[in-house]
Amino acid sequence: MSTPYAKLPAWADYGLIPLINLSVAFIVAGFVVMLVGENPFRAAVILVEGAFGKGTGIAFTLFYATTFIFTGLSVAVAAHCSLFNIGTEGQAYIGGLGIALVCLSFDSVLPWWVIFPMAIVAAAMFGALWGFIPAYLQAKRGSHIVITTIMFNFIAASVMVYLLVGPLKPVGSQAPQTRNFLAGAELPKLNWMIELFGAKIRSAPLNICFLLALAMAFLVWLLIWRTKLGYEMRTYGHSPKAARYAGISETRIILTAMMISGALAGMMALNPVMGDQHNVAIDFVSGAGYVGIAVALMGRLHPVGIVLAAILFGMLYQGGAELAFEMPAISRDMIVIIQGLVILFAGALEHMFRPYIQALFASVSPKSVGMQAVKGKGA
Amino acid sequence: MDSFNAIVQVLDSTIRLSVPLLLACLAGLYSERAGIFDIGLEGKMLVGAFAGAAAASVFHSAFVGLGTAVLISVAFAMVHGFASITHRGNQIVSGVAINFVAAGSTIILGQAWFEQGGRTPALQPGERFEAIVWPGAEAIRNVPILGPVYAELISGHSILVYFAFAMVPFTWWVLFRTRFGLRMRAVGENPAAVDTAGISVAWLRYRALICTGVLTGVAGAYLSMVQNGGFVKDMTAGKGYIALAALIFAKWKPVNAMFACLLFGFLDAASIRLQGSPLPIIGKVPVQFMQALPYVLTVILLAGFIGKAIPPRAGGVPYVKER
Repeated sequence: MSTPYAKLPAWADYGLIPLINLSVAFIVAGFVVMLVGENPFRAAVILVEGAFGKGTGIAFTLFYATTFIFTGLSVAVAAHCSLFNIGTEGQAYIGGLGIALVCLSFDSVLPWWVIFPMAIVAAAMFGALWGFIPAYLQAKRGSHIVITTIMFNFIAASVMVYLLVGPLKPVGSQAPQTRNFLAGAELPKLNWMIELFGAKIRSAPLNICFLLALAMAFLVWLLIWRTKLGYEMRTYGHSPKAARYAGISETRIILTAMMISGALAGMMALNPVMGDQHNVAIDFVSGAGYVGIAVALMGRLHPVGIVLAAILFGMLYQGGAELAFEMPAISRDMIVIIQGLVILFAGALEHMFRPYIQALFASVSPKSVGMQAVKGKGA
Repeated sequence: MDSFNAIVQVLDSTIRLSVPLLLACLAGLYSERAGIFDIGLEGKMLVGAFAGAAAASVFHSAFVGLGTAVLISVAFAMVHGFASITHRGNQIVSGVAINFVAAGSTIILGQAWFEQGGRTPALQPGERFEAIVWPGAEAIRNVPILGPVYAELISGHSILVYFAFAMVPFTWWVLFRTRFGLRMRAVGENPAAVDTAGISVAWLRYRALICTGVLTGVAGAYLSMVQNGGFVKDMTAGKGYIALAALIFAKWKPVNAMFACLLFGFLDAASIRLQGSPLPIIGKVPVQFMQALPYVLTVILLAGFIGKAIPPRAGGVPYVKER
């Protein structure tokens, strides 16, 4: 994605502008809170307290953040290759199927530390497969990846509903979900990590997937900025023509990027399925794939940014639940609005304030925006 | 005779179910023909549905409801325009954002204003669009074949249904027989040429988006004020995306769009009708398969296995004037 504007100093580009965009999103969200007759400042206080005030809150915040790190990374990897993967939702859903198959087969015989790696591989493979088909159609037949991945989300939903009300449902059960996993497929909790700092935790689903998510964030950084493949992906993302000219295979790069993206999406399912619910239920992804879009855009497609953005969204989810108790007029759907506004202001309108910031920088210190270099080209 | 009546009933619900798809599909046609991808159809329909039902129940008038639905929907379309035309933002991202804002705000505002769990109050007679019974419909109902077809399929729909189908030839006429349509198609294929001819690309695209907003507003109003008699949270349930699929299926042409929407509406109607009962020859078909069929068909079409769907060439690309 090219920027038709002159350069700003890095700290303004990666710090100031996202911060401004984010603030605007929250200010608009504040107006919505006012519209329903509540005090936005009190809402913000309740939200932050709910998310970070108690140990349990922190654990829940990090639990949600884990999910969003995976989906955010998934969206970001594809985006570096200028592919917009809206299919994270469906890929995660299908990833859950892979986990279900592994867990239902082995949970009575194997311990968790054998099942976990197997489940990771299964989740990644199923997710990657669901990303592979749209990628193949994009690379070979030129079908627009945005449309195909949207379609695949719906197909995934139909497939999963079919399986969960049919073959995967235990006999005699009414609920559309698999049977509960046995102890072998339950992941260890990480609550002791927070208890180390002296906070008390009643019961929270924060589990070992959090560490896996951080490891994946590091690996994605390594992949994108420190490997040949990552370089090729970024090259293709900046200019497909240049990539073709440099002898990079378009098909290979699209397929690889989308399969990595799908694999990361699939792994997201580990967190709620093995760490919390201990079964696969209908709609267990519940929009986390779409949150990934907001997280990736907010984190400027960089793993560090994504982890921070994921924690912010984890905070909104956890704090939002608390908020719904205190202010009945505000339900958790407030988060959906905030998410939309973040996508709007940090994504679609990302350059809205840039000209003003640029003018400001140019008047304070012309050198910082490289005015000398591009003299006479009034931007 | 029984099976004939069953067919008429399925076709009747086909018409009812394809109307929101058709309106949304034509809405998408305007914006995509002008070179603006719009995956925010879903969200615009949703706000239209909410605004329509809310205004209709507060002001006790169906037409006030319809007007409000259109107004709010156009406002959302303008946000999309502001982001993707004026600020040259990513059109897909902007569409996604609109869908989220719509999904969240309709629930939050609905709960805050009406306190019925995100619903609007059930619409009373006069607050919703009633079915129009054509002259003679009851008189010839008992005539074999012709009677049920006239009474069920042609007569007995609300005004919005007729509006939707009237929009098909109208859109064709606008697109292929007016100056605005010619320019709109041009701006979707080669905006630089339109710019060179001294026509504002931005203003043209904004006007196309206004058309989009009007039609998604009507589509939303149909959902909440005809089909359902009140707003229910998330009531569009993916119809905006099916409309998008239909648009591709129709290769961005209005008459094809009607047939694509009728096909998808028929699949929906048939899956409701067949729920659990076996088909001759094929046997029992899972409902989920029928529900997934529009999406599967679209993917197959996009893959170029049944004809080729070639989108407007400048679609999705913000127009940057030479500097």
